[in-house]
Amino acid sequence: MRKIDRDANRFKQIVRGKIKSDLRKYITHGELIGKTGGEFVSIPLPQIEIPEFRYGDKNRGGVGQGPGDVGTPIGRSGEGESGPGAGEAPGQHILEVELTMDDLAQILGEELALPRIEPKGRANIIEEKDKYTGIRQAGPESLRHFKRTYKKALKRQIASSQYNPRDPLVIPIREDKLYRSWNPITSPQFNAVVLYLMDVSGSMTDDQKEIVRTEAFWIDTWLKSQYDGVTTRYIIHDAVAREVDEHTFYHTRESGGTRISSAYNLANKIIEESHSPMDWNIYVLHFSDGDNWGEDNRQCIGLLRDQLLPKCNLFGYGQVESPYGSGEFYRELEEAFEAVPNMALSEIRNKEGIYESIKEFLGRGR
Amino acid sequence: MSIANTHDLPADLRAIQLETEGHARDYGLDFYETIFEVLDYDEISEIAAFGGFPTRYPHWRFGMEYQQLSKGYRYGLQKIYEMVINNDPCYAYLLRCNQLVDQKLVMAHVYGHNDFFKNNIWFSQTNRKMMDETANHGTRIRSYMERFGEDAVESFIDSCLSLENLIDVYSPHIKRREPVDRYDFQEGEEADPQTSKFQSKAYMDGFINPPSVLKEAQLQQEAERQKAKPSAFPEQPERDVLLFLLEHAPLKTWQHDVLAIIREEAYYFAPQGQTKIMNEGWASFWHSTIMTQKILHPSELLDYADHHSGTMATQPGRLNPYKLGIELLRDVEERWNKGQFGPEWEECDDYETKRRWDTQAGLGRKKIFEVRCIHNDVTFIDTFLTQDFCKRYQLFSFKHNDQNELYEIESREFKKIKERLLFNLTNFGQPIIRVRDGNYRNRGELYLGQEHFGVDLRLDYAQDTIRHLHRLWTRPVHLETTVDGRPTLLSFDGTDHSIRPLGGVSHDAEPKDRRRA
Repeated sequence: MRKIDRDANRFKQIVRGKIKSDLRKYITHGELIGKTGGEFVSIPLPQIEIPEFRYGDKNRGGVGQGPGDVGTPIGRSGEGESGPGAGEAPGQHILEVELTMDDLAQILGEELALPRIEPKGRANIIEEKDKYTGIRQAGPESLRHFKRTYKKALKRQIASSQYNPRDPLVIPIREDKLYRSWNPITSPQFNAVVLYLMDVSGSMTDDQKEIVRTEAFWIDTWLKSQYDGVTTRYIIHDAVAREVDEHTFYHTRESGGTRISSAYNLANKIIEESHSPMDWNIYVLHFSDGDNWGEDNRQCIGLLRDQLLPKCNLFGYGQVESPYGSGEFYRELEEAFEAVPNMALSEIRNKEGIYESIKEFLGRGR
Repeated sequence: MSIANTHDLPADLRAIQLETEGHARDYGLDFYETIFEVLDYDEISEIAAFGGFPTRYPHWRFGMEYQQLSKGYRYGLQKIYEMVINNDPCYAYLLRCNQLVDQKLVMAHVYGHNDFFKNNIWFSQTNRKMMDETANHGTRIRSYMERFGEDAVESFIDSCLSLENLIDVYSPHIKRREPVDRYDFQEGEEADPQTSKFQSKAYMDGFINPPSVLKEAQLQQEAERQKAKPSAFPEQPERDVLLFLLEHAPLKTWQHDVLAIIREEAYYFAPQGQTKIMNEGWASFWHSTIMTQKILHPSELLDYADHHSGTMATQPGRLNPYKLGIELLRDVEERWNKGQFGPEWEECDDYETKRRWDTQAGLGRKKIFEVRCIHNDVTFIDTFLTQDFCKRYQLFSFKHNDQNELYEIESREFKKIKERLLFNLTNFGQPIIRVRDGNYRNRGELYLGQEHFGVDLRLDYAQDTIRHLHRLWTRPVHLETTVDGRPTLLSFDGTDHSIRPLGGVSHDAEPKDRRRA
């Protein structure tokens, strides 16, 4: 191990510790999301700098070079070294650290004390992979095992006293050649589908959607760490429901009434059509401000009890408080379903509530 | 006979080294033996993260640097061309994947730095065997980590690093006071007050040694002792806070050693900060001179021009030390070649005469060699920056506009530009802080004071730093500074921070903009 690896690992540990102790802040500020790129999330870490006595921005100045009249802005304060010029310590900028999604999920799990999810049902999705595990006599030249072939040739030459140590020439013949071979390995794979349902009626504002987005990000992160494959589907509804893509999900705004049962019906239909509960672990997560059309509530409860709950690993309902107040739906559900193990309810008053809400949803290990 | 160490260098690079070195010597550069090593980017990132030394003590920030450097390279944001270490012999690293023309440029540049390290007065007190010294530091700190635990030692290093800039960069050159050993105790403290007493029989004692005389002698002794005793502690405000802590803070032996290591390295690196403009200017001056006059092959011209101008480029509103340094040196050379200096030149105020002024003095080369010997950035700018120069290179001063949080161009006046530049160069643009009292309120508290020049400290950082100071001093720590024009005392007593206008009432304070960077 190089010396720098020790320091780099140490730094990673510190970062992890830092994130762990600040996780609540990151979650509630939604600082991590929107920054995902492929497998990594980058996280701003301003406090990992070692503090020192240093000048603040106020009254600060310096010397630059170039055209411009007096009063021309040349840079924003705090934005890297926007000038303070020679003699300054190099780049004191916000540090962004990259974490893999797995790391992040692990930190989340440790910090919220989330239990591992036991996948339900048979692991009847079998994945086949080829693994190079064996050796055989025939095969394509590209798979020739050089070392073994060489050894075998050497042995043969020594045995047949063709080998001369003074002139160590080893020539493999056809019988010497050995090739790698593969065996198919089957492994069970647990798949999950997450259905996000969101109320997009007029009373849901951008702030509420931001909360949903942040929360969905964290739930995804966790579920992805628990299952081999996670599919996400999105449903929006007001008085009617339709399936949309992720972007539309977060950016649509409708007006009009709310009929939650429409979304539950659609979710049920999607499950029946393409995600058989035999093969899939199903998560239905619904976010709304709870302002449902009064008579619809009974229908919703019926749908849940008879259709969705028996099929789902978990049904989660998060009631996001909107500027117009919070509806009745939460209480209706609470009354109708007492202590149903695969149903989680949570009221999210504001961004600070996301943390507890995630815990409520995922804390059941289902 | 060349002194070049050409070990391990491929033949083509060795040839270039020998040629470049020969030209450098012919130009009058005077340098240590130079050892070039060719490294991959990953290796050069590692060494750069360690501040140029392949062996440093273990610390996470090197890992952080490394990640940033290697990431920056992967994303194509930055690339380290060259690195050179102030050491005898002087080590320099070349990037393996560079083109040959880059290697030439870098080598010529390195000889410039090497000459500067050897001859500039501000480097004269640095340890020229730092390569070995940092390795020793590493060994010592590693052994402390084994004995006292990685976390304990590392977090102590964090505290020391937080105070790293509290040194007195001039102290290696001026002896300000005798060193104090914390195990030196004042001798004669408990001396017998009766020494002036004559021998006598007991019944005569009252007459031979009359009580009144004795008393007087005793008082006199007391007064002398008071006079001999320093009236304050420290006697003079102490700029080298780290030294003061080494001498007086209740540190464990290993902590004492760790702090001494950090301090030694801070002093080693200080001159590079003091002479950034000059050092880079000087090296660039020589790579451009040697390249364009001697070793550049015509086929390499475009690449050279591209890379040279890349180094010299200035972004709007940013000062490039390479550019400022090389242009100012060229300006000095030209002025002294033409005799544009001295009282006659200063007094002349006819534009046309000045423009044509050329006494054929030819002193330019000699002058810049002198400059590279005796100046640092502050004195260099102070002495040689001219109004004409500022105009020619479109320099301006900028300042922070507190209303819109932007830096804005403030002025193009020579006076203002020079003032800002000097301010940012003085003490590396860092606040000047001294120990004023090591026994504040007679309770062993530490009292520091900042010399305020109109720019306030960043308060959240200051408070965190005071916390680290407290960790070393273990008694309450105070810093007198100025906030919004009012003298203010920042204190930390081990549990709570307070910010108190001097002469006012204390209130607890939690820095507001902790998250802002």
